[in-house]
Amino acid sequence: MAHSSPAPSRALPRLKSVVIAGSAYVIALIFLFPYVIMLLTAVRPQDTLREATYLPSAFEWSSLVEFWSGGLAGNLVVTLQVAAGSTLLVLLVALPAAYYTSRHNFRFRTGFLFLVLITQMFQPTAMLVGIYREFFQFGLVDTVWALILVNGGFNLAFAVWILNAYFSSIPRELEEAAFIDGNGRFGTLFRITLPLAMPGVVTALIFTFIAAWNEFAVALMLTTTPANQPLTVALNSYIGQYQVDWQGLFAGSVIATIPVIILFALIERKVVNGLTAGSIK
Amino acid sequence: MRHRSRGLRALEPLAWVGPAIVLIALVVLWPVVEMIRSSFLKISKFGVVQGGNGTANYDRLFAEPDFASIMGRTLIWVVAVVGLTVIISLALAQLFNQRFPGRKIARWALIAPWAASVLMTAIIFRWMLDPEVGVINMIRRDLGFLDALGGASADPLGQSATAMPWLIFVAVFVSVPFTTYALIAGLSTIPGDIYEAARMDGASKMRIYWAITFPLLRPALTVAALINVMNVFNNFPIIWAMTRGQPGYSTSTSTIFMYILKNRDIGESAAMSVVNFGMVIILTVVFLKVTRWRSEVA
Repeated sequence: MAHSSPAPSRALPRLKSVVIAGSAYVIALIFLFPYVIMLLTAVRPQDTLREATYLPSAFEWSSLVEFWSGGLAGNLVVTLQVAAGSTLLVLLVALPAAYYTSRHNFRFRTGFLFLVLITQMFQPTAMLVGIYREFFQFGLVDTVWALILVNGGFNLAFAVWILNAYFSSIPRELEEAAFIDGNGRFGTLFRITLPLAMPGVVTALIFTFIAAWNEFAVALMLTTTPANQPLTVALNSYIGQYQVDWQGLFAGSVIATIPVIILFALIERKVVNGLTAGSIK
Repeated sequence: MRHRSRGLRALEPLAWVGPAIVLIALVVLWPVVEMIRSSFLKISKFGVVQGGNGTANYDRLFAEPDFASIMGRTLIWVVAVVGLTVIISLALAQLFNQRFPGRKIARWALIAPWAASVLMTAIIFRWMLDPEVGVINMIRRDLGFLDALGGASADPLGQSATAMPWLIFVAVFVSVPFTTYALIAGLSTIPGDIYEAARMDGASKMRIYWAITFPLLRPALTVAALINVMNVFNNFPIIWAMTRGQPGYSTSTSTIFMYILKNRDIGESAAMSVVNFGMVIILTVVFLKVTRWRSEVA
């Protein structure tokens, strides 16, 4: 009895870890499944799209290349403009605000942070009609500028939170030492503080870029000319048609999806903290 | 710096924080004002204001024959999606918190629906539910749940009874990754020695979970759930890409209905927006209360 008991107790944990790992892999595959199907549909030969087979009979990688000469390439350019533009806007606006609130206690500091937190809870979808009416009056409907402004404004909160957290974690003494060493106020900021806060800056940038890249509802409301629509809206209008060009649709989807999944993987850990606005401690 | 007058010093914060305030005012606050104003105006199809309209936009909205069912459906939509998301994420957070080889890659796979555009995911699901060649229908047929492809029973999005469950499924699918990650982050803050002590006392695994893990996870769970409530309530792409709110209005939530109304009558659409926005305000107040934000910022 005594000498045989260690064997099952060692085998049991091993079985348990196999079950754990196995079910985790299965769940991981379930979450990847739609994107695998997306890729398989994009490379399926066009004339076999209506055949009910699990795997394509041949792989036509050319559809991913043809995308660039098709009409959707222009929509991708719009998406890039919107994503890059709003990222730049957020950077220019959020950096000074986050830095100042982390270093100084001014009269409306609490009020400002409250405003930012509220912004994070609001989503543009809930006020689409207001956004539409406002930009209609500005004469900015159907322009890339409206999309840059809206995406920048609604992603500002996340950037302010995460940058504020990073700046706050940098000891003041470091900055004071650099200041005494003869770096001016801005020299200190650019040579000491910003490099130390770089992980936060990168996270804020990638997050804003992806959010603007993926945005759909506002763009659907604000852009009417096909050539002015970002990729999400253009792809969506594909399915409105009777003859859906699924292959072209999915080639576009692959190009719209794969880069952001990879980008997102780089910042995933920090995003949770930024989204929950430091309320999980 | 020392030579500056008091007046200039008071303006200093504005130079740093001002641009952010301007952007928020322009993009977030102005539309709120504009939306409320529009809900009391008579506006033509081409956007021309034709004068005040009193509460006529609201009267028309509340008199819509489908209004009550749309609001009821919105409630079911939010409760079902967030409820299922929370239950599944609690289980997945436990699972993905275990040590096993390849955990990093498995966790990485979980990111995909979170990172990808919700619209893209919805479009893919619509394709996978295609009556003739949808891979989900093929799997259903091969498992014996479906007699043949191509028929009405192979078109779950075409009928209201089956469309709504599928929409809820897709919404849960895209909500689970963030929620799981938030819960994993919450789990990592629970100190290990608490478990040590409980195990020494001979507590069972289930008891340890409900007596220690779950209560300590509650703050993370509440915040994640509230963020989900906000996202799901405001969600537009899933329903729009998969059913356009049809058949009839049978898969429309208040957000979808607001968009449908926009093409018919901007004033009434604005009234619907204001009603939606009122609910967002309530949710925000709850969020602020729960997170006790002031203690975090101070």
